[in-house]
Amino acid sequence: MMKSWYWRVAAAFLGVVTLHLVAVAPASAGEVNLYSSRQPFLIEPLLDAFTKETGIKVNMVYLKKGMLERLKAEGLNSPADAILTADIGRLHNHAKTGLLQPVTSSLLDANVPAQYRHPDGLWYGLTVRARVIFVHKERVKPGEVTSYEDLADPRMKGRVCTRSGKHAYNVSLLASIIEAKGKAAAADWARGLKANLARRPQGNDRAQVKAVFEGECDVALGNTYYMGKMATNEKEPVQKKWAAAVRIIFPNQDGRGAHVNISGAGVTKSAKNKDNAIRLIEFLSGDFAQKIYAERNFEYPVKAGVPLHPMVASWGEFKADKAFLAKVAEQRITATRIMDQVAFNN
Amino acid sequence: MTSMVARTAGAAWRRTDWRSWANGWTLGTMAIALAVMVPVIAVITLAFNPSDDIWRHLASTVLPLYIGTTLQLMVGVGIGTFVIGVGSAWLVTMCRFPGRRVFEWALLLPMAVPAYVIAYVYTDILEYAGPLQKGLREVFGWTGKSQYWFPEIRSLGGAVSMMTLVLYPYVYMLSRAAFLEQSVCVLEASRVLGRGPWRSFFSVALPLARPAIVIGVSLVLMETLNDFGTVDFFAVNTFTLGIFDVWLNMNNVAGAAQLASLLLLFVVALIFLERFSRRKQRFHHTTTKYKALPGYRLAGTLGALSFAACFIPVLLGFLLPSGVLAAYAVTYFDDAANPAVLAHAVNSVMLSSLAAVLAVAVAIFMAYGVRIKGGKVLKAVARLASMGYAVPGSVLAVGVIVSLASLDNAIDGFFRETFGISTGLLFSGTIAAVTFGYLVRFLALSFGTVEASLNKVTPNMEGAARCLGHGPFSTMRRVHVPLIKSSVLTAAILVFVDCMKELPMTVILRPFNFQTLATFVHQYASDEQLGEASLAALAIVGTGILPVLFLSMAIARSRPGHGRQGKMS
Repeated sequence: MMKSWYWRVAAAFLGVVTLHLVAVAPASAGEVNLYSSRQPFLIEPLLDAFTKETGIKVNMVYLKKGMLERLKAEGLNSPADAILTADIGRLHNHAKTGLLQPVTSSLLDANVPAQYRHPDGLWYGLTVRARVIFVHKERVKPGEVTSYEDLADPRMKGRVCTRSGKHAYNVSLLASIIEAKGKAAAADWARGLKANLARRPQGNDRAQVKAVFEGECDVALGNTYYMGKMATNEKEPVQKKWAAAVRIIFPNQDGRGAHVNISGAGVTKSAKNKDNAIRLIEFLSGDFAQKIYAERNFEYPVKAGVPLHPMVASWGEFKADKAFLAKVAEQRITATRIMDQVAFNN
Repeated sequence: MTSMVARTAGAAWRRTDWRSWANGWTLGTMAIALAVMVPVIAVITLAFNPSDDIWRHLASTVLPLYIGTTLQLMVGVGIGTFVIGVGSAWLVTMCRFPGRRVFEWALLLPMAVPAYVIAYVYTDILEYAGPLQKGLREVFGWTGKSQYWFPEIRSLGGAVSMMTLVLYPYVYMLSRAAFLEQSVCVLEASRVLGRGPWRSFFSVALPLARPAIVIGVSLVLMETLNDFGTVDFFAVNTFTLGIFDVWLNMNNVAGAAQLASLLLLFVVALIFLERFSRRKQRFHHTTTKYKALPGYRLAGTLGALSFAACFIPVLLGFLLPSGVLAAYAVTYFDDAANPAVLAHAVNSVMLSSLAAVLAVAVAIFMAYGVRIKGGKVLKAVARLASMGYAVPGSVLAVGVIVSLASLDNAIDGFFRETFGISTGLLFSGTIAAVTFGYLVRFLALSFGTVEASLNKVTPNMEGAARCLGHGPFSTMRRVHVPLIKSSVLTAAILVFVDCMKELPMTVILRPFNFQTLATFVHQYASDEQLGEASLAALAIVGTGILPVLFLSMAIARSRPGHGRQGKMS
């Protein structure tokens, strides 16, 4: 009797799981399948709006590590139609590995400036974020810090905080310096920055501003949108105080400009719903979605003429580094090696 | 010590020749073990692709650091979990002191807390900007970091502490089960022969429990090795962090696979060395005299110390972190009370149960196959099958993806050529893929537990059952499985709880629109906003507690001669 009971439970489980399996298997009509490395809570509102407007259902897997390997292994049978990522490095690697297909769309060409898209249309940037310097309002005098190079100057010793040197955002920044000034100068910069750190690299960009607020350091590297998220954080109001303690410096405004990175999308080579995938990317580059990106996530829209969030607008206009992002991405491996050579995270 | 155990019975039994007709076991065990090994082999295969001369770069820069840090982490966590796990297990099993009955189960609770959650919670409390240091600064009037010393939580020491706190229950559980299974007679003999309680513990009880303790500690060390979340959050430069750096930042999956293979080699060597060092020992129980446990009464200072020794791990590993989570959940209730959390919980429980049943069934089959066949090759293959546990989850997931997708594409190609129809991907991106991934990763837990327990059953049992006319399968089902019932349950619950917490494989292998509690918590925790996922994090802990409590009751009842007996059908 005991035995039959066990078996029944086991069979029931198998049954339920099988039902589940069937329930989540994607159908093909009126759908688009997305592999995304952007957090669902950020992009779900956009995808819902897309479904509402077009009737096309969006299926998503959120994965960061392993997206490229999964696509590559699945090959032409992969169910994925499009990818969505938060960093140029990933887009570049997918394109280089031959996982994306060229897309021509006059709408995308109109919405996305040439600087932010692949020349053959393998990927398109959707939002822009600048890597800036957050400085304490009182402890750092106006004009004291104006460039990335200032952060590596010996006078800033013990005053700088940053996240891991191996994080994609810092690797991209270093790659942009390699692209602008060469490998040796970039290594010197990384070494100088390392020498000035108030603590071992740790935490995310938000945690650096918290450290400035608490007095652990005076200046920090960070992406612009973190500022907006902290300054408007009703759920954790203490973050408003962190944001209020610092001001934003857009670096190198007299020179090459602030380093920018993009989040973007591309259509996979395996796409079965290619038209729907293109429609999704077009939608994400359009006025409506661009406005949501700007308002909810404090990013800079790629499309000209889309209004910024008032707070983002209040930071003022800035000059962005005009280096072609795909070329910057080429320098990422060198940048990572430099981070090792200068023992940045030790 | 080994005079207490039968050394010769096993050898004599193996010489008998009835195993030749049990060939199905060999084939079956081999087939399953090889299937489970495929993803690990896939990772090793990846390592043979060109890797841009990564080694010269690493060796001249960060490799020594990675290796040094990893060894320190392993030694720290190994010693920490050994001392807390074995010490508390001995106390609650052999001694009587205030609170013992509660600690019997409470000591298991930290197991339900994922390491990345506890790391987050303690960072919030202990970092420079946290309430504790802030309070100290206010009380003592310090204004800056330079004026006082406070341990840095985001450090190697911090990582050792966090992992010790959530991993010691593995050692506790296995060593407690071993202590419970020991006959008091051997201990009494030791005392009669003039050894004090301490020396009896070190020279009799501890060596007898060695196989179980070793399994516990090696499980802990493998968890430590493949941890990414905690070391990433604490910026501790371990080997695993290095693997991910080479993989993702240098876009060099071959180099990463080489590093992972090296790690694997290291683990295999370690396990082999341990086995080699006790190759001549057998650990069967030879006596059936199970008296009530002695229950040394500890009162006064000793009692208080014992209480503290058991209370502190529970407080720091469970009460405090879940208290903080509960406080978050209250504060952020409106954001955290997402109705989807319930659906995620259903997914988590279903998937984890399925994986647990599967992992245990496979483990029993393999362990028994090894027992009755006993060939060297079979043994080695079965052990290698549990190596997935030592490979970092995301890397192993790539191994699973690569092998399943090749299988899928091969089937698809065959059908296209033969019948002109496409089958697409049959397994990749399905629940089956995730479940297989869990099996590959966690078979070590179930196999180790079941095998250790099976080894303690004297081979005379087989002899008797076989003489009475039972075949190997019937003997396994009617004699061994009932005898090792509590270990089977332990194995199932270990796998279940680990699957509930599992993150990297779930993320990479899952189908579209599929979330578990762990992946849901991860999307917020990765952005350092655990508050909004606090309810889901609590749900992981809560769902983990119930089976853990159940397990504790089962272990207490498992002592031969105690509790309900004779219902072995």
